[in-house]
Amino acid sequence: MKALAMIFMTAILTENFILCKFLGICPFLGVSKKLNTAVGMSVAVIFVMGIATAVTYPINTGLLVKYNLEYLQTIVFILVIAALVQFVEIILKKFIPSLYQALGIYLPLITTNCAVLGVVLLNIDNGYGFAQSMINSIGAGVGFMVAMIMFAGVRERLEGCNIPKALNGLPITLIAASLVSVSFQGFTGVVEGIFG
Amino acid sequence: MAEKKSLGKEFTKGLIAENPVLRLVLGTCPTLAVSVAVTNAIGMGIAATIVLICSNIVISALRKVIPSKVRIPAYIVVIASFVTIVQLFVKAFVPALDSALGVYLPLIVVNCIILGRAEAFAGKNSVAASFFDGLGMGLGFTLALIVMASIREILGAGSFLDGISSLTVLFGYSGFDGFKNILSQPMGILTLAPGGFFVFGVVMALANKLAEKKGKTPAELKGCANCPMAHSCTLIDREDACDNKEEKEGAAV
Repeated sequence: MKALAMIFMTAILTENFILCKFLGICPFLGVSKKLNTAVGMSVAVIFVMGIATAVTYPINTGLLVKYNLEYLQTIVFILVIAALVQFVEIILKKFIPSLYQALGIYLPLITTNCAVLGVVLLNIDNGYGFAQSMINSIGAGVGFMVAMIMFAGVRERLEGCNIPKALNGLPITLIAASLVSVSFQGFTGVVEGIFG
Repeated sequence: MAEKKSLGKEFTKGLIAENPVLRLVLGTCPTLAVSVAVTNAIGMGIAATIVLICSNIVISALRKVIPSKVRIPAYIVVIASFVTIVQLFVKAFVPALDSALGVYLPLIVVNCIILGRAEAFAGKNSVAASFFDGLGMGLGFTLALIVMASIREILGAGSFLDGISSLTVLFGYSGFDGFKNILSQPMGILTLAPGGFFVFGVVMALANKLAEKKGKTPAELKGCANCPMAHSCTLIDREDACDNKEEKEGAAV
């Protein structure tokens, strides 16, 4: 239990997907301008990361590893994730329209999001079992959400600022991201401190 | 002759004028992640360039066969196959690079530059033009990576092209770390995550300044408009969701 909690907190704080691992930068820069879209996108990412892990884990252990086909991981995972997202979209549209209204618009975007494929591959690289993989994926998604929400706040403050012309737009956004990322560097060792 | 000239243009546009990283703002994840050391940047650039050229050629050769409804999954399969091939080659011949790039090597599959070029160029143009487009875009990506990595490695670690065994084997070059003597204390933070964002921001600002001098608009954060999935994405249609919609309105006012 302690080990799982440690994986969860590490995924959120010290190994934050956006701010420490640079995965999922496109949505981080693209849809973080407003708080409500940032939250919607993040919830959709948590959801897809969870089900992608739940589906790819048995495929990997039961099929690819069993028959020594590990080299097919990249192709199989991206196809499974793409098909899964489409499938979930159809199911949600048909049976839970209210959830589809909230998350549906973000789903096609997430198919080619490197964070989702990244978390699946990292789970395998780290040699996690099923429970650890699920916890790590959800934690990575929550970390994504924390970074998105924090950065949406920072960007709202940037709106009214007088910025040098050359830095206007993307450069100042990246430098602001750098400062947010510095704050996450401060979490190094915190998780070990709490649980260790 | 005219044909040749336009092919040359397809090649050169990717290097500077339409540099995928600094002008089109694509492939930001690998740019930030891999630019810690110049050797990693070169390795990543070459791997992505090979995938880009091969997938551009195959996709443009198949452009009349692939039905437009299922083109994105078809493109993804082609790209993923080439990424797997490159991954196996790197694992076999340059294991040091494989461990340095880690998860970012298979993640070339979801690099927006490759899917973006398939969607924007290879699906509509001839094989030869797509080859030169892929080559130019790939080298442009490599160039941007090398610029970023040089700054981060020289200032952050005080070395240049340090520490890859295959380079030593090939050229008898064992890396240079003389900058350590000039910089009494390298700025270690530049090799960490915050330094990546910071250097990228500064390089982007310089690129915008240069573009402005040439009378071009600065590279803009177009929200999802840059994303290769934009056509299938319903975010763009929603007034309240997408960044660029609002910016357009703002510009009109």
